[in-house]
Amino acid sequence: MTSQTTHSPDPGANSTVLKLSELTKFFGGLRAVHNFDVEIHKGELVGLIGPNGAGKTTIFNMVTSIYPVSAGSIVFNGQDITDLPAHEVTQLGIGRTFQKIRIFPNLTVLDNVRVAYHPHARYNLFDGILRSRRFSRGEQEMTERAQEFLAVFGMEGHQDTLATNLPYGAQRRLEIARALATEPDLLLLDEPAAGMNPQEIVKLMELIHFIRDHFNLTIFLIEHQMRVVMGICEWITVLDFGEIIARGTPKEIQNDPKVIEAYLGTQAIKMEA
Amino acid sequence: MRDNLIKVLLKALSWGILAVIAGVIVAVIGNLVAEDPVTFTQQMLNGLQLGFMYAMIAVGYTLVYGVVKLINFAYGDIFMVGAFVSFFGITQYGFSFVPALLLATVACVFLAVIIDRVAYKPLRDAPRIAALITALGMSIFLEYFTALKFVFSPDYIAFIRPFKLVTWNVGGVTFTNIQLVVAATSIVYFLGVQYIVGRTKIGKAMRASAFDKPTARLMGINVNAIIAATFALTGALAGTAAMLYATAYPQIFTFMGIQPGLKAFVAAVIGGIGSIPGAFVGSLIMGLVEAMTVGYMPLGSTLKDGIAFTLLIIMLLIKPTGIFGDPFEEVK
Amino acid sequence: MKIRSLPTWLTAVLFFLIVGVVFQFASNQGWLSGYWRQVIMLGTLMAISALGLNLKYGYAGLFALGHAAFYGIGAYSSALITKDWVVGWSGNPAGGLAGVLAIEAGFILAAVAISRCKIGHLRGRLRDRLSKWLTHFEASVLATTVILLIGALIIVVVGGGSGWLVRRGVLALVPPLLGALPLAISQQAIFLLALLSGAVLAGLVGFLIGLPLLNLTYDYLCIATLGFGIITYVFFNNADKLIPTMKGARGMVNIPRLTTWPWVLACLAVALVVLRNFIYSSTGRAILSVRDDPVAAETMGIDVFRFKTLAYALGCAYAGLAGGLYAHLYAFLHPSNFAWLKSVDPFVMVVFGGVGSMTGTTLGAYVFEILLEGLRVLPAEFIDWRYVIYPLILLAVMLFRPQGLMGSNEWGFLKPPRRASKSANQQIGESAKEGEGK
Repeated sequence: MTSQTTHSPDPGANSTVLKLSELTKFFGGLRAVHNFDVEIHKGELVGLIGPNGAGKTTIFNMVTSIYPVSAGSIVFNGQDITDLPAHEVTQLGIGRTFQKIRIFPNLTVLDNVRVAYHPHARYNLFDGILRSRRFSRGEQEMTERAQEFLAVFGMEGHQDTLATNLPYGAQRRLEIARALATEPDLLLLDEPAAGMNPQEIVKLMELIHFIRDHFNLTIFLIEHQMRVVMGICEWITVLDFGEIIARGTPKEIQNDPKVIEAYLGTQAIKMEA
Repeated sequence: MRDNLIKVLLKALSWGILAVIAGVIVAVIGNLVAEDPVTFTQQMLNGLQLGFMYAMIAVGYTLVYGVVKLINFAYGDIFMVGAFVSFFGITQYGFSFVPALLLATVACVFLAVIIDRVAYKPLRDAPRIAALITALGMSIFLEYFTALKFVFSPDYIAFIRPFKLVTWNVGGVTFTNIQLVVAATSIVYFLGVQYIVGRTKIGKAMRASAFDKPTARLMGINVNAIIAATFALTGALAGTAAMLYATAYPQIFTFMGIQPGLKAFVAAVIGGIGSIPGAFVGSLIMGLVEAMTVGYMPLGSTLKDGIAFTLLIIMLLIKPTGIFGDPFEEVK
Repeated sequence: MKIRSLPTWLTAVLFFLIVGVVFQFASNQGWLSGYWRQVIMLGTLMAISALGLNLKYGYAGLFALGHAAFYGIGAYSSALITKDWVVGWSGNPAGGLAGVLAIEAGFILAAVAISRCKIGHLRGRLRDRLSKWLTHFEASVLATTVILLIGALIIVVVGGGSGWLVRRGVLALVPPLLGALPLAISQQAIFLLALLSGAVLAGLVGFLIGLPLLNLTYDYLCIATLGFGIITYVFFNNADKLIPTMKGARGMVNIPRLTTWPWVLACLAVALVVLRNFIYSSTGRAILSVRDDPVAAETMGIDVFRFKTLAYALGCAYAGLAGGLYAHLYAFLHPSNFAWLKSVDPFVMVVFGGVGSMTGTTLGAYVFEILLEGLRVLPAEFIDWRYVIYPLILLAVMLFRPQGLMGSNEWGFLKPPRRASKSANQQIGESAKEGEGK
């Protein structure tokens, strides 16, 4: 089954990759997100922070069409994707990871990645059933690509391990790798450092920088661990109760009284840069 | 000027379409009523009787689903056991109405709690499909086990009513005392369950467990005990419903619980699963639709089972969360 | 002999040949009574049905009851076709075939036409255009009505038209074409056509019913598919008002007994090979990902609904094929064979044998049928215990070994193919257990 949606044309340097305008989400009577705006340019590494329940994941869910949008618009590489179904949004070039790791537990590491290549598979259902030559070639190509891809992340040795048997840190890496296998222009990372110890966090930060440069990505990041946010984000938007309360560089955010108040002055703000 | 003309025409068209649809429905129903008001009212009464009975069962399903998110497939069979137990009470021990009712109720309460303890509790934290399959297995087990000769036997048994049937005739329409008893009991039970769930401490604990089990546990609620209590309550509903059902349709057999159980569950879904008033209203609707099908459609009595499920599928297409259901609940 | 070095397809062919010959030999020698031959054939065709359910539930994660309905659709439609050819009920020996093929052609063409017109989008666009003059509600009403009319028009013109054409064509062409062949061959040809048509019809109905239902969560899906199963049962009970020869609740008789051991084994072989190749391909992986986590799968670019529908329709087609074989084994069909309780049988086979294991499902089917039918030889007091034991098995499996006998393991040629690339040497991990087979 080949994809009908073609990948968005490659954005030129400094063009706007993602533009959210007046994005709003109602759950019945509850207003979870209100008039959220953001404009992210190619190559940027941007953060989204806020207390628990502020609506950060809801925004990600709207961008990836997991939740329908109540109001506002989402424009990706110049194309309005507000009402597109989720799988088309991905095929256009947006990848994401989840707060709670959502790898495919009963599939092997290799298969987790090979699924990402399905929309671009060069053979169809009948080739598969009849095991035609096109199938063998296509399958070989997919497998080799997946193996090379895993090698970049140092995971090719585990390719036949069931994903559910991997240690937590490896599962996180797999989830990021898998999202990257869909060849996105924009990567949404939802709390990638959750549950990690300090050494793992350092490696994660290195990984994020690496993938941004190696894969030519734009990255939009939700994170609670201030060390990560302040350490790698170029600029940050702060959300509280669904509304933007501040926006700026890490330094500016650290000293913003509204932000400090929202977090009740937790020690996280005072981390070394 | 032309724009206004187009606007008026289109508006007329759209409202015209709605008017035609409404008109057809009114005309059909009106015709049925006018042609033979006696039969119409008779079918309405039959439908209400059926509906009130389904209501008790539907509330039972909705309670269990609300608290444990499980479709208790075995519920119809608990109902069946209640009918048989009351039968034994009446025939072997000469029980009259109230003692037989109590006997059936107690038996079903025990059975419901035991089933939960043995089959559902071990799978409380397993994926929900596992519990569903277990419920299915439990249901089939009950049906076939009781069909063994030394238990209830596979025969169709004529139920002996614990009180005499009295009918009244008003303008050609027949009432029975059973209908009154069923309606009264059903309404009383409904109000009772509403009270328990809404106003008592146990009810509050039930609602808390339904909403968020782990947190309820942390707040000191013994969730397993609350779940057992919920099952007990549904058992009481089943036992009473069973005896009334057998009194109204005096034939019992070990598979008698399947159809009423399924239909009551469908009624609960139509009304909005998890909502007790929804289960009640959905059941009345279900009963009326079924009676109307039998009364007015050609081949109605053979088609009535199919109609119930057609109604379900239509409902799932329009508003899957049901009439009283929360439309923003995750049905997807 | 090094089994390891034989290519997979050869192992498969050899396996089925050996099994087939052994069975045939045993029954020729009289070691297997006619009764047991039937039981084993029944087990084989039930395995096909159970494999279909394994696809729906084990591989796609759809808890769909009502599998027996599709078994019934396949059974009745194939029986109508062969009965017409051999015994006759519609006046033209190809009448049954013409009817079924007409329905299928009409359905497929109408569906293609409707999807080409992108009716959903059309409705939205029309509504937006009308919003210039009307309120949202009024626009919705008008747009929906127009779309319904267009849809009905397409169905009648494209669907009805093509169906009519196909029917005429089949009625005219098939009797002379097949009639020219010797009787034995034409009967087998009709049987093949009947089996295929039955399977396709079951698959199409599965596709149709899946459209509204497959988006629901599994609680609702379970009840809705169960409901559809009951609706089909009611339909079969009353079908004689439409097609008298189906005889509804009195049971359809005089179906030619065309199912033989070679047929049944060949169908199982094809079913297994197709399913194996299907699941070990990119499409198969996509379906497994849908089972594991539909939300994550969408985020990987997988159109979850499309794959659920594919798995469901294919699973239903398998049930239809099994039903066709069944109808021609016992030569008698009664709606009670397709009551919703009968949908639980394949479930027990899948759950007991191993959810997500083709080997397990097939084994489960044989064990189930042999036990159930085989226990008929028990003394009278114990016969009824058969149906008590089987739910107990289900309960025991769910409580003590929910992954089933084989879990998700496979044997022989059903195992996942070994990859012929350099990194294959670095296989660590649990999925590589037994070493044989490729």
